[in-house]
Amino acid sequence: MEQISLAHIATFTGILLILIGLWGVLTQKNIIKIIIGFSLFDTGTHIIMVGVGYLKGKTAPILDEAVNLKNAANEIVDPVPQALVLTAIVIGLGITALMLAYALRLYQRRKTLEINNYNDLKW
Amino acid sequence: MFKKVFIFIVLIGFALILVESYNFTGSGEELNEIATRYAEKGPDEVGAANLVGAVLVTYRGLDTLGEVAILFLAASIIGFFLKVKLEEEKVPRKVRKTSEILETASKIITPVIFLFGIYVFLNGHLTPGGGFQGGAIIASGLVLMLLANPIKKVNHSIISIVESISGFAFVFLGILGIFLASGFLDNSFIGLGDFGKLLSAGAIPIIYIFIGLKVGSELSGIVSNLQETQKEEI
Repeated sequence: MEQISLAHIATFTGILLILIGLWGVLTQKNIIKIIIGFSLFDTGTHIIMVGVGYLKGKTAPILDEAVNLKNAANEIVDPVPQALVLTAIVIGLGITALMLAYALRLYQRRKTLEINNYNDLKW
Repeated sequence: MFKKVFIFIVLIGFALILVESYNFTGSGEELNEIATRYAEKGPDEVGAANLVGAVLVTYRGLDTLGEVAILFLAASIIGFFLKVKLEEEKVPRKVRKTSEILETASKIITPVIFLFGIYVFLNGHLTPGGGFQGGAIIASGLVLMLLANPIKKVNHSIISIVESISGFAFVFLGILGIFLASGFLDNSFIGLGDFGKLLSAGAIPIIYIFIGLKVGSELSGIVSNLQETQKEEI
C-alpha cells in the first residue's frame, strides 16, 4: 500500500473543511454561523492550494544555506501557489471583516441574527 | 425534506470535484515551467532570498497592488457603513473593568508586538514573512491595546494619513520602475546588493515597508471602527 504523505493529509483536511463550511453556509440559520462556515470554506481552499503545490522531499522556496543556488529549481517547492494563498488569506480576512460589520449592523437594527426573520427579499 | 436532499446532492457534487485535487496531490515530481524560471532567474533578476516575496512583489506585483486595493475597499466600506451613526449614541459606553493582569501585560507586550511586526516586514525579502503578515501583527497589537482599554479612542486621522501616504508611495515606486528599469514594479532601479543580506533585492524592502504600513493601518482602521460601534453593555 502506498504511504500516505503529509500533502495527502493536508488536502484531505482541506476537503473536509470545505465541505463542513459549505454545509454550514447552506443549513445554518444564524448569521454568525454562516460567516463561520464561509471562513472554514476559505481556509479549506488555502490548505488545498498549498497541498497541491507541494512536491515530495523538497524544501521551502527560500534560498538560504539549505538550498544550492545552482540547483535551486530541483530543491524547492512551487512558490506560485504559496504567493496566491498569501493573497487569498488577506482578501478572506477583509471579506470576513466586511460580513461581520454587516452582521453587527443588522443586529443593531433588528435585534436578531436569525436569517428566517429577515424576509424582506422573500418571494 | 426536499431542501435537505438538495443540499446533500450539492455537497456530494463538491466532494466529487475535490477528490480530483486529492488524486492530483503528490503526483508532481518537478516544478512547472514558470516556477523553474522563477527559481533559476529569480536570484539574478530580483535578488530576494524569499522567492515567495519575489513572486508577490515583483513578478506578480500587479496582483499585490490589486489585493491592497481590495483590502482598502473592504476597509473603507466598513468605515463608511459603520459611521452612519444611530441617534441614541450620545451616552458614553459602559464597560466592565478589565483585569489588572491584562492592563499591565498590554502595556509591556504591545510595543514588543509592534516591533515584531516591523521586524517581519523589514525582513520580508529574506525570511518567511512580508508586508501583509507584518501589517496583521501590528493590527493585532492594536487589538490587545483595545482589549485592555475598551473605551480608548483611536486617532483616525493618523491612520488615514499613514494609509494614504503608503498607498501613494507603493504606486509611485511601481511607476519609477517604468522609467528607471524595465517595467511597472520592477525593483532593480536601486542596486540589487549582496544576495541574502538585509540591504538587497532593490526596491522590495521599501515596497514591503509601505505594504506593511498600509495593511497595518487598514486593519487597525477596521478594528477601531468595529470597536466604536459596539454599544452593548456588558
